[in-house]
Amino acid sequence: MLEIHDLHAGINGKEILKGIDLVVKEGEVHALMGHNGAGKSTLSNVIVGHPAYEVTQGSITWNGKDLLALKPEERAHEGIFLSFQQPVEIPGVSMVNFMRAALNAKRKYHGLEPLPAADFLKLMREKRKIVELDNKLANRSVNEGFSGGERKRNEIFQMAMLEPTLSILDETDSGLDVDALRVVAEGFNKLRTPQTSAIVITHYQRLLDYIRPDVVHVLIDGRIVKTAGPELAAEIEQRGFDWLKPEAGEDKTDHI
Amino acid sequence: MMRSEQQYIDLFTAHHEALSAHSVPAMNALREQAFEDFCRMGFPTQKVERYKYTDVAEAFAPDYGVNVRGLAFPVNPYQAFRCDVPNLSTSLYFVVNDRFYDDETVKRPSLPEGVIIDSLSRVARERPQLVEPYYGRLARSSKDAINALNTMLAQDGLFIYVPRNLAVPRPIQVVNILRADVPLMANRRTLVVLEEGAQLQLLICDHAMDDHAFLTTQVVETFVGENAHLECYELEETHSQNHRFSNTYVDLSACSTATLGSITLGCGLTRNRTDVTLSGENGEARLIGAVIADGEQHADNNTLIDHRAPNCQSTELYKYVLDGSAVGAFAGRVLVREGAQKTTSQETNANLCATRTARMYTQPMLEIYADDVKCSHGSTVGQLNDAALFYMRQRGVPEDEARLLLKFAFVGEVIDSIHLPALRDRLHYLVEKRFRGELGRCAGCGDNMKCGGERQQ
Repeated sequence: MLEIHDLHAGINGKEILKGIDLVVKEGEVHALMGHNGAGKSTLSNVIVGHPAYEVTQGSITWNGKDLLALKPEERAHEGIFLSFQQPVEIPGVSMVNFMRAALNAKRKYHGLEPLPAADFLKLMREKRKIVELDNKLANRSVNEGFSGGERKRNEIFQMAMLEPTLSILDETDSGLDVDALRVVAEGFNKLRTPQTSAIVITHYQRLLDYIRPDVVHVLIDGRIVKTAGPELAAEIEQRGFDWLKPEAGEDKTDHI
Repeated sequence: MMRSEQQYIDLFTAHHEALSAHSVPAMNALREQAFEDFCRMGFPTQKVERYKYTDVAEAFAPDYGVNVRGLAFPVNPYQAFRCDVPNLSTSLYFVVNDRFYDDETVKRPSLPEGVIIDSLSRVARERPQLVEPYYGRLARSSKDAINALNTMLAQDGLFIYVPRNLAVPRPIQVVNILRADVPLMANRRTLVVLEEGAQLQLLICDHAMDDHAFLTTQVVETFVGENAHLECYELEETHSQNHRFSNTYVDLSACSTATLGSITLGCGLTRNRTDVTLSGENGEARLIGAVIADGEQHADNNTLIDHRAPNCQSTELYKYVLDGSAVGAFAGRVLVREGAQKTTSQETNANLCATRTARMYTQPMLEIYADDVKCSHGSTVGQLNDAALFYMRQRGVPEDEARLLLKFAFVGEVIDSIHLPALRDRLHYLVEKRFRGELGRCAGCGDNMKCGGERQQ
């Protein structure tokens, strides 16, 4: 269970998150929606421990542990995964070596021996199928020369390899055509279990047609201004976000 | 204050008879002239363009012993040295300090008829016609103080000869070993002659066997005949007390190719000069280099690719990874002379400074006097990519490991361009160990080897 309490955080001295309270329980999928600049990506970066962001107030616990005290890699070992909005290219580091280093570091953290090479390659083969990732891509350098769609698929492939218990999808739908979106979303759904939870960050209803959220939050100016069921996403698709702005919200809701 | 030059002038004046007596006429013939040149020039100051980044006089100031009487050092490298390259079937030769190591009892795989790999002085004595036309012809003592000093003092070294249309079937590995009980200066000389259509793959490794301070001058002259093909890789794995000044000259005749690799994994102060002349049409030169340095190490590569003939190609790729307070320098000049039309040339130097205290000087130079050429040059100096680092950490790769993977990937581009698969694999292994700080001794070396002693971390 992820518990965020009164979280204030920012970057370069500028406060972006202004008091976030959020609880994600085991098995739940939460959608996080909002304008550009509302703080969605900041929240995901803070959860995974990006060193550029500074937490000034509040707490995040993950299964009872103080998440903010852990290094990014330790958070990963604890089961937290971020599917990046813009996955970075790493020329010269092969996907195989990268995944081997990541997986074995996690195993070491949990007191397990490194996975034997043959088992590891078998695992790679199996997991590739989930997102229909071409073998050629898996043998290349990390994201090097990958198209936008291939990068997002590669993110879900890595998720499959690392089997996180909390996945954050940061605008995984951006830059994807419908077919790629379907493959990525279906891949994600195959990986869901009653023990895994997710935070899905998106601007659009589209992704949520494939990945059904249990709860939808709207983030405006660093605060969660509305929390409701999946129907909220559909409403936003029709009406946009402006009616939810705190100052506008008061008089508009009167007329509803 | 006494000038650094003085002790070498005194040494030569006092011992030039002994120097000549323990050498051969072909080498002695150039000695006096080299001495005159050295007295005239002295060591280059850092105002001299090609020595901008290394203080030569300072490196030569300490008092080192010079083995003028050619005494043999008690060492059997075949026993002490087991630093082989697995899966690379080589013929192994040693040069101890500045002398070719002879051991009649060692059985080496036989070489094709006519191929010579031997002591330079012995060949010069027994078959001077093979040495005299070449010795000192590329490395002019009048042009460079290191050439002059080396020519003054060198008494032996390595001679490699591949006759016409012969390909040496397996790579030749030459290991230069520094071995002494006192601080020692070694003056090594190498002459490589590939006749028309000959082929050779050569791997030269530099090791220091003792923790003493060493100063080496090395002059390598390489003649690549028409249609001949040379691949030569030099690997330095010495320690922080070693000072190396190496001048390599390569002359490429028409339709010949040369790949010249220079990998510095461990050094104290290293200054490599590489001058390649494309003197015949359709020649191709490929220069690759990698430097990994930390602590107070200093590595300076200075190259010249001289396009004298039309229709030649050259490529150059050097990469440095600097940690600690290491200093790296790369100055690469590509000169396309008048008439060298249809030249294509590409020069790249990319560098990574992993700490704030590491310093890199880079100076790619392109000088063109022909109007129908395709040339490019460029260089970069940067830090590790923070976005990539965080991406890897998010996946669970610990920070140190992520840094290592990025550095390894950076240098990997150079290693991957080596044609010998076994050497490539070996270098990947050595580079990784080097980055992990585990190359305290080069893997596989006998207990006597003290390669790469003091390292940071």
